[in-house]
Amino acid sequence: METHDHDHPDVHQKSAAEPAPRYYEIMETAVRELLVEKKLVGPGEISRQIEVLDSRTPALGAKVVARAWVDPEFRARLLANGRTACESEFGISFYDDTKLIVLENTDKIHNLIVCTLCSCYPRPVLGLPPDWYKAKPYRARAVREPRAVLAEFGTDIPEDVEIRVSDSTAMVRYLVLPQRPVGTENFTEEQLAEIVTRDAMIGVVRVNLENRSTP
Amino acid sequence: MTSAPPTTTKHPTGIVKALGEEPVFKPGDPVRISIRYPVGHYRVPMYMRGKRGIVELILEPMAVNNEEEGFGRNAGSKGYYYRVGVSLTELWPGYAGSPQDRLVIEVFECWLERI
Repeated sequence: METHDHDHPDVHQKSAAEPAPRYYEIMETAVRELLVEKKLVGPGEISRQIEVLDSRTPALGAKVVARAWVDPEFRARLLANGRTACESEFGISFYDDTKLIVLENTDKIHNLIVCTLCSCYPRPVLGLPPDWYKAKPYRARAVREPRAVLAEFGTDIPEDVEIRVSDSTAMVRYLVLPQRPVGTENFTEEQLAEIVTRDAMIGVVRVNLENRSTP
Repeated sequence: MTSAPPTTTKHPTGIVKALGEEPVFKPGDPVRISIRYPVGHYRVPMYMRGKRGIVELILEPMAVNNEEEGFGRNAGSKGYYYRVGVSLTELWPGYAGSPQDRLVIEVFECWLERI
């Protein structure tokens, strides 16, 4: 797990340079303060949950993918039960009690994940979703015209490869296991983890050796 | 509709499971997603209602019906979620991609009709 390189400011404090809070921010603050005041939530619980989420980043998912690429037995366990494989072998807790199904990309199938109803996302393994994943254009178009969406991400999928879109609606979260790119035969597990991007684990891009940066 | 009568699955130990303990559908079953519009937030997207698909996977273990639970009406009764696959050409008339492109979605048992 990566170490933190930043401090957590007190969630109650806003710096003077920030713009005035807007409607929903004020409502969030009011509800939060009320919950604490009524002793329904302890003052430390919210900041603790922020720490939980901050500790989950795509680097975690990338380690899982890299392990699956180098260890066929782990890969089999991961595909059989994503959650238990992540829990027992990486210590990744599923604090939201979701299941995890890992969807393997092959020469014949390209997986893509979306949550059309809101923003369900494999947060225990990837952290917070990118803004575009939560925005309506992606949510609507991923199920309606996935090939056009993929093309906009620079991903062209041949006609003979099935696009399989998983809409996450209930208690299962999905993680795409991308294909290992050619030319990585001599990579170590750590080197492989470095080339796995968040977007590849959502399924909007492939892993390739040219695009190494993860936002 | 020619649905088979409920079968009794007998465990080798002789244990018979209660009705409702076993999944109603199995992988490969053709199903239709109900067309219903109950009031509230139901986690079956509108675009899926009335569509035909195939059960791909039974999601174990059983889970509470989160929609009922959301309204405080669940007395702890559980059911199964299924991964249901629907062809994108079934979903969207005039779909431009490959005919084998598919959408897979989790649907709670009470939203599935046998066809």
